Amino acid sequence: MVQFVQMLLAGTAQGCVYALVALGFVLIYKATETVNFAQGDLMMLGAFFALSGGTLIGLPYWAVILFAALVMAIVGMLIERVVIRPVLGHPAFTVVMITIGVGYVLRGVVTMVPGWGTETYALSTPFGQKVLRVGGAVIAVQELAVIGMTAALCLVLYLFFRYSKLGVAMQASSQNQLAAYYMGIPVRRVNMLIWGLSAAVAAFAGILLAPVTFVHSNMGFIGLKAFPAAVVGGFGSVPGAIVGGLIIGVVEALAGRYLPEGFKDVAAYVVVLIVLFVRPSGIFGETTMKKV
Amino acid sequence: MAQSMLELANVESSYGPVQALRGVSLSVPEGRIVTVLGANGAGKSTILKTISGIIDPQKGQVKLRGVEIQGRAPDQVVRAGVVHVPEGREVFPLLSVEDNLRMGAYTRRDPDGVAQDLEAVFGYFPVLRERAQQEAGQLSGGQQQMLAIARALLAKPQLMLMDEPSLGLSPKLTKEIFEIIVRINRERGTTILLVEQNAHMALKIADWGYVLEVGRIVMEDSCARLAEKEDIREFYLGVKAEGVRGKRRWKKKKQWR
Repeated sequence: MVQFVQMLLAGTAQGCVYALVALGFVLIYKATETVNFAQGDLMMLGAFFALSGGTLIGLPYWAVILFAALVMAIVGMLIERVVIRPVLGHPAFTVVMITIGVGYVLRGVVTMVPGWGTETYALSTPFGQKVLRVGGAVIAVQELAVIGMTAALCLVLYLFFRYSKLGVAMQASSQNQLAAYYMGIPVRRVNMLIWGLSAAVAAFAGILLAPVTFVHSNMGFIGLKAFPAAVVGGFGSVPGAIVGGLIIGVVEALAGRYLPEGFKDVAAYVVVLIVLFVRPSGIFGETTMKKV
Repeated sequence: MAQSMLELANVESSYGPVQALRGVSLSVPEGRIVTVLGANGAGKSTILKTISGIIDPQKGQVKLRGVEIQGRAPDQVVRAGVVHVPEGREVFPLLSVEDNLRMGAYTRRDPDGVAQDLEAVFGYFPVLRERAQQEAGQLSGGQQQMLAIARALLAKPQLMLMDEPSLGLSPKLTKEIFEIIVRINRERGTTILLVEQNAHMALKIADWGYVLEVGRIVMEDSCARLAEKEDIREFYLGVKAEGVRGKRRWKKKKQWR
């Protein structure tokens, strides 16, 4: 039982990272109807910026998070402006290929930067290896911090989308882009800001993931797990991405503990298959079809 | 005639290779209601889309109070005081009615003025106040049309472009919507350019009318006189003229006299 709770927590913490990457997928998908396959690599880049923010500039942990999120927001907006916007209006396939390309480029660029390269780094956190003992269970403070920080970010995003004018405008332009134009919402600029937001969320995810997988140029492949998370939640649903991420994380952790070796890595995809059989539109799949 | 609010000169627009407007010139005097009549595919909506910046014209000028605005981005046009109420309503289905309305005021920076206009709009459309917290996608067609008009009003436009406000509405609702359009024009002094299939209604409320056929203006006159013209009566109002020989000619040519 104690072990089960521990696994549950570890799974939830891991799921939070999936959830945040999935959230990045969903935000961009809702805004521009394209899947950004570079999301995982944006996360990786964010983690590297956090690393440099800590080691080179010597920022404290909290400032590192802000720094990486800010830098990545700029990177995200640049990517939208320079690479994505010129091909808008072309078939979705074109845009998807471009995002895959962007992912490769980012991975390549990171290995070329002196001080980053192909090495593996540890990102120091104030939580370190500290543990809490509750009953018989040993709980890593790190995991609690990940869960807490994810929850806080989700709350901030919720308030932003619900109450701020820009947040509502982002929803509006994703629901009916043409009407958003008619209302004088600068749709292109809003889409650029969404790319920035999405990249900032990715940086956050990268920082949370760093203590688990360390920082290296291939850590972005976790996007392959976050993608199922977005699908399970119902692609295009923000709460769905969070729930989907948590489900994948927990199932994976439990599969790693209780099922034969090897199941852990396919668990995410098994969950996707089951969910798609039962509810093809995902758990939170939108019932109102979007007007295209 | 009053000073002209909007002036189109030889505007040509096309969708890819298909030319929809073949040199349209028209003028909308300040404070009036002007209507453009025409069959499906005549290019009525294209005129509005060209004005609001959704489509850029290849040739010609669109002047708002003498300033050329053709080719500007749609949000710039809204900021200049022109709001487009699109055909088929186009509300934001998952946002609440209130948020829809607030999006109408996106370009404004005066919260007090917005609050005032919100009240005014609820005065025109009381049903929107009742449904303020409901998702716009759940409203009926008529209510969505009201929402679309109300949302546009919140931008505090000087000129409203209305594309088929009666589309898919019952005769009773159509009448209500048109009454409100007239009220908006009279009470707020908003200039209105109205595009309609429902020629009866449009000719009744508008001051001046243009007839558009395959991308060209073929006729213009005051609406009172337009409503008397034989061709208008026959092809737009569906009043069958009695021929000299007592029965209708099988194929009558439009002559635009």
